[in-house]
Amino acid sequence: MIEIRWHARGGQGAKTVAEFLALVALHEGKYSQGFPEYGPERAGAPIKGYTRVSDDPIRVHSAIYHPDAVVVLDPGLLALPEVGEGMGADTVVVVNSAAVPSEVASRHGYLSGKKLWTVDASGIARDEIGRPIPNMPMLGALVRATEAVKLDSVLENIKKEFSRKFSQKILDGNLKAVRRAFEEVKGGE
Amino acid sequence: MKTLEMKTLALTGNESGAEAMRQIDPEVVAAYPITPQTELMHKFAEFAADGKVATEMILVESEHSAMSACVGASAAGSRVMTATSSAGLALMWEIVYVAASNRLPIVMPVVNRALSAPINIHCDHADSMGCRDSGWIQLYSEDGQEVYDNIIQAVRIAENDGILLPVMVTFDGFIISHTMARVDVLPDKAVRKFIGERTPLHPLLDVNKPVTYGPLDLQDYYFEHKKQQAEAMRSAGAVIKAVGKEYGELSGREYGFFDEYLTSDADFIILALGSTAGTAKAAADELRSAGEKVGVLKLRVFRPFPAEELAAALAGARAIAVLDRSEGFSGIGGPVFQEVRSALYRRYQIPVSGYVYGLGGRDINVEMIASIYGDLKAGRYHEDKAAHFGVRE
Repeated sequence: MIEIRWHARGGQGAKTVAEFLALVALHEGKYSQGFPEYGPERAGAPIKGYTRVSDDPIRVHSAIYHPDAVVVLDPGLLALPEVGEGMGADTVVVVNSAAVPSEVASRHGYLSGKKLWTVDASGIARDEIGRPIPNMPMLGALVRATEAVKLDSVLENIKKEFSRKFSQKILDGNLKAVRRAFEEVKGGE
Repeated sequence: MKTLEMKTLALTGNESGAEAMRQIDPEVVAAYPITPQTELMHKFAEFAADGKVATEMILVESEHSAMSACVGASAAGSRVMTATSSAGLALMWEIVYVAASNRLPIVMPVVNRALSAPINIHCDHADSMGCRDSGWIQLYSEDGQEVYDNIIQAVRIAENDGILLPVMVTFDGFIISHTMARVDVLPDKAVRKFIGERTPLHPLLDVNKPVTYGPLDLQDYYFEHKKQQAEAMRSAGAVIKAVGKEYGELSGREYGFFDEYLTSDADFIILALGSTAGTAKAAADELRSAGEKVGVLKLRVFRPFPAEELAAALAGARAIAVLDRSEGFSGIGGPVFQEVRSALYRRYQIPVSGYVYGLGGRDINVEMIASIYGDLKAGRYHEDKAAHFGVRE
């Protein structure tokens, strides 16, 4: 089982992407859970989302305390102690930042020695989707960093799910953004 | 019999409940929103608006009215459902009893949420546990799959001519209601066939055979009616089992009063309801791989309480911990703790340790449950007064 914790601000789409990854995993024939931590719903407030993906049925129903991967949608949140909570030596950390991983690690000591990846997800989203909503490109980066699911299944499910709700332009933008983030994410050492 | 081909869906617990309701296609549904149930009825109302069900939706102005509408429609002979949580259930209270006492087979998902005050939207079982004496059958669900399975079975259980009692299907607010996970659903036709049509015994609208529901009933007959109701509740056990078995033949997922997980040779057993039973199973898996003989008994049916069967299932344990997600304010322990201890009385001499946990959505995780097994192993029991577990001192 891989356990993923998402840190974001209200409005960045963490709930959507935590659940969307669970959906993608299911389409790969796996078991999954996707859920947010519900608190007061305020745009801009720090929030958490959770995704579990497993080959076997998932029985645990708690929050995730020892994540295999942590995805940070707003680098400003790296200053919060809760982002580092429960990280182990092997925890993969993916940060939405235009800076290279070593630069981000130098600013936040708890990240040094972690498998740290960075990608300019907001920039990619602005270019490709027209709005700096980083959730979907961050999924692309996470997939590269963890192989939790396959890139192709992400793209396939975007086509299927987004076509019901969004214009072709938004759909294509998301596909491009996910692909670009998958290719452009740096780090992992 | 070969089980049917399932469709695998990614659904939240609420969506899973709505999907079961869509397939059931009740004749009447009364709806009033309350967190965390709102999404369930929202989804079902969409099905109704899109013509996916033939249901008559009654949009009421309160939960008291929701249950009142259900009572009227069910007495008329319809198959009736509603759903609620927390304060909504509390506001229904008076009519919740009326529904059970008039022997109306209403099915109601209850998305468990704490009661005020202080106001809290998260999960505990104070709402449905408050209804333990109301005469409703109660089925607790571990995950979205069980939400779906229990709601479908509830229709058959409620409408059995020998029972005719309403059924609450509960599941944990947010923890299950708002978690997207895998749910395998049956074909629509299979569900329709399994539940059949409701054939009401004494429908109010049968003008050729006029009947009265809920007349004045004083010292002369009230007591007899209550005894009949109690007997119906006792008989419900056999029906719940039979329906659970038949559902198993259909779906491959058989249901009984409880689910025994690694208990057969277990020294230490944790008994829990709802989603926590799943987390306890994950804890038991971890401890088993470290050689500890531990197990989990997940109680699915709280009303009627399966005392005899439960006691037999616990008989081999050296000690048992009972996890209550509601306080009960008895000064002794939560409602499940007291029932379990009473079920074991004079049958088996096994220490029963009570834990009240998770009030207002306080999380419980694998490590915490492992520590309860640790308490049992070390002989640290809370037998006379349940511990408040996971609370700040």
